[in-house]
Amino acid sequence: MIGKPLRRVEDLPLLLGTGRFAADISLPGQAHLRVVRSPVPHGMLRGVDGRKALSMPGVIGVWSAADLDLGPIGFRMVAFPGMLPYRQPVLAAERVRYVGEPVAIVLADDPYRAEDAADLVELDIESLPPVLDQLQEPAQFDDQNDTEALLHEDGYGDVGAAFAAAPHVVELTVTVGRHTGVPLECRGALADYRPGAGTLDFYGAAKVPHQNRLLLAGLLGLPPQLVVLREAHVGGGFGVRGEVYPEDVLVCWASRLLGRPVKWIEDRNEHLLAANHSRDQVHRIRAAVLADGYITAIDDEFWLDQGAYVRTHAAAVPTLTASMLPGPYQIPAYRVRGHVRLTNKTPAGTYRAPGRYEGTFARERLIDAVASSLGKPAMEIRLSNFISPDQMPYARPMSALGTDLEYDSGDYALLVGKAQARFGLAELEHGLAARRALGEAVGMGCAFFVEKSGLGPYEAVRISVDQSGHIDIITGAGSMGQGFETVITQICAQELGVRPETIRVLHGQTDQIEHAMGAFASRLTVMAGSATLIAAQALREKALAAAARMLEASPRDLELSDGAVRVAGDPDTGISLAQISEALRPDQAARWGLEPSLTADGWHTTDHMCYPYGLHIAVVRVDAGTGQVIAERLLVAYDVGRAVNPMLVEGQIVGGAAQGLGGALLEEFRYDDAGHPQCTTFMDYLLPTRAEMPPVDVLITEDAPSPRNPLGVKGAGEGGTTAMGAAIAAAIDAALGVPLGVKELPVHPEAALRLAKAARRESTSEPGGA
Amino acid sequence: MIPAPFSYRRAGSVAEALDLCTEYGEDAKFLAGGHSLLPLMKLRLAMPEVLIDLGPVRELSYVREEDGHIAIGALTRHHDLEHSEMLARVLPLLAHAAGQVGDPQVRHRGTIGGSLAHSDPASDLPATVLALDATLVARGPAGSREIAAADFFQGLFETELEPDELLTEIRVPVPAAGAAGWSFQKFTKRAIDWAIVGVAVQGSAVALVNMAGTPVRAAGVEAALAGGATPAEAAAHAAEGTSPADDINASPAYREHLARVLVERALLEAQSV
Repeated sequence: MIGKPLRRVEDLPLLLGTGRFAADISLPGQAHLRVVRSPVPHGMLRGVDGRKALSMPGVIGVWSAADLDLGPIGFRMVAFPGMLPYRQPVLAAERVRYVGEPVAIVLADDPYRAEDAADLVELDIESLPPVLDQLQEPAQFDDQNDTEALLHEDGYGDVGAAFAAAPHVVELTVTVGRHTGVPLECRGALADYRPGAGTLDFYGAAKVPHQNRLLLAGLLGLPPQLVVLREAHVGGGFGVRGEVYPEDVLVCWASRLLGRPVKWIEDRNEHLLAANHSRDQVHRIRAAVLADGYITAIDDEFWLDQGAYVRTHAAAVPTLTASMLPGPYQIPAYRVRGHVRLTNKTPAGTYRAPGRYEGTFARERLIDAVASSLGKPAMEIRLSNFISPDQMPYARPMSALGTDLEYDSGDYALLVGKAQARFGLAELEHGLAARRALGEAVGMGCAFFVEKSGLGPYEAVRISVDQSGHIDIITGAGSMGQGFETVITQICAQELGVRPETIRVLHGQTDQIEHAMGAFASRLTVMAGSATLIAAQALREKALAAAARMLEASPRDLELSDGAVRVAGDPDTGISLAQISEALRPDQAARWGLEPSLTADGWHTTDHMCYPYGLHIAVVRVDAGTGQVIAERLLVAYDVGRAVNPMLVEGQIVGGAAQGLGGALLEEFRYDDAGHPQCTTFMDYLLPTRAEMPPVDVLITEDAPSPRNPLGVKGAGEGGTTAMGAAIAAAIDAALGVPLGVKELPVHPEAALRLAKAARRESTSEPGGA
Repeated sequence: MIPAPFSYRRAGSVAEALDLCTEYGEDAKFLAGGHSLLPLMKLRLAMPEVLIDLGPVRELSYVREEDGHIAIGALTRHHDLEHSEMLARVLPLLAHAAGQVGDPQVRHRGTIGGSLAHSDPASDLPATVLALDATLVARGPAGSREIAAADFFQGLFETELEPDELLTEIRVPVPAAGAAGWSFQKFTKRAIDWAIVGVAVQGSAVALVNMAGTPVRAAGVEAALAGGATPAEAAAHAAEGTSPADDINASPAYREHLARVLVERALLEAQSV
């Protein structure tokens, strides 16, 4: 069962149209909330006048910050005390800091009237000049603080000595634009506070319901057990969906105020203004290089445009950028300084491969620069700098997401060799060279990366078998649609020898299980998968113990297969799990000295992450007349330790590659000089479609199982994205014959055209140039 | 993204549509395929008080060969133009350009008349009918009148149509034997996007998409061709007299460059047809 491409078990309700996404959930008597948002990027908020809105039919009320008694939204991840002043208030009070910032709420008896009335709320805002560039000197944020929320410094080794001794120093500045994950389903929330009972039910949770319960309960001053977060179907997450945002707090606050359910469904225009942006980093990076291409040190300084506030992820992106930047290479000395700067744009958070897409782009462009300056093939530079298998586990004296950075396993050169053979890279390059000779601007680019996955510290699973033999697996971890239920089902089905159809996976309900971390950081197969295995093993032991009483045999002589316990070698003695479940009534279990119910818990805890790795290869053609970059093929080789379901791993990689391509060629949140967002619909924020996505060939290898979990797995959620920007950049360089041409993502056609023209000038100015 | 309140009326015939239009005046907008109007309404950039739905008006959906020209009903959908055997034979430029509009959903809903009356210079069909020297037929309370394509487009979202007029038919002359070469080129970042720049060529007529507030004929190119210039020489004049926009998709200089590149490609392709 493990290792098989089992079809997704969660799809039937989706195919039948009986899925329940946030907008599908309604409660009797619900009111509808509409957020009034700042139309200016920066200004002093002098007044909110809701009188006209209040006079509209169906309007229940208009509230602004003065009516709220709520603190700012707290941090969920890596946080430094110095970042606390930059937390986002639920509603802007004295100052607005980005277009789209919530300033007031309107509640009405239907969403149409709420939106009509919100248009009539008058905001008196005295505009201030906006800050729009993270490279400009920090400006004033408030009376006590400037706009540099964090200077994160890290590193190890003697970087100064390495550069002083290096025969070659290679330096460059690269930029990754502002883009983000855009789930097909926008956000949504329905809060139901019950006066008297004092309970709050929250529908539309995703990703991290248990963590968000603590945040919301804390903000509202409620005991966490009286707050229940309920995850329904979720149409994509990508890091963006499922964090606590102002709107989540507002529906809860309003429901408690009104004593009735309050629903808010985000539209796409709001989503592109309000949900987390990401990326947007500038790196100045340099390498100290020996004559043979060995890199003795990397020195990197980067500037991250955090947008207007620091949200729940706090310092997760800058610290991950810093710690993961050295990637697969030894790099004996390393220094990094990351400036987290606030601007008057939508706040930023994590997005699939956070910090790694940016850091990998900077590092792999640096490798290409080293290769170019030494006149060697880039892959040769990579191979001579790789951490070797005999150095594993490889500790870099830094920390990532609060864990010691120690790569668990890997054979990077082996993966390169397998990819070269499987994809026929030599023949591919030969064919491209032939096309170039005929005048086509085609080229191939490669980039190698290390991912991280399986972040701890824990995940829990409870498995219970009912009297019919049906199995429920309960976990607090969330499902964003990635195939989580299938993977968990496979692991349990294999361990218990039962059919997948008998299993149901329940997830993301905070009243069903006490502890959970959630669905992020490519952690679920590692963490919840391992917990499932451990719980299933415990359940097996319990089933054998009970069956031993029923068969009057020793548990040692019993085996569990096909959903039944038998005496080994005696096929006629089978007792089904259903019969065992029925037998484990409290009274009978007590007589047997067992706990009642065929139920078992499993926890997987860890202090370490596990580190998958991969190679991305892009083949592109550049239209030298228009500058358009056409991706012809994408190739991804990825070692995930062990693939529980190779079909789902491949799906993760292909989807991730599309997002990586989007960030490399199309997707960018642009602002005009006054700070007004220019990309607020899908007409302006350009997601790749099927027409822009070339075929993706995927090679999944299992050469380096993780020693850190009982399954040997590593997470596969982000490795399709990580190095795609770097690979496409290298491919464009190769197509145009301009080493280190691409230093900025996304590569707009106009920029590619400039590169193509520069290449032509170069080639015609060289004596004898073709 | 919920439209502002509006009233909805259905018209079963052209006459009924015009009556409703007279009744509501400038507060009303005709709804054809809706793929341009409804997004604007959802963004509250357009807030008509009354929508007159032309969906049931079947009489305006046709492609007919008439005396020396092809008559196309204004409510003929892009998909039907794209797959019309007659157009493929007689006006392949129009059939092809209709097949380049938006995506399949848009082409199954959107109509040629809706696209022309919307007058978005980034749309494919306005420049196409301009290159084809089409005549547009408008019907109002006083009857029908003909408007040359060259006079029809007045600016972004502005046409020669009076508020109480409905565009009913597009008449396209059958290209002369010597002007059969055609090409349609457009540059987009993604297949489904509006053109950043486009060009429609029929014979020696060259019209540009999105190089000004309206579709424009590339007069410099046409004059050069008339003077015997090669495609490359003629294309060098592609940006003359244009006023391309500066927006997040492209700078004016880049649009001018694209116009020259696309016109040359289009002229070469048209020559080879």
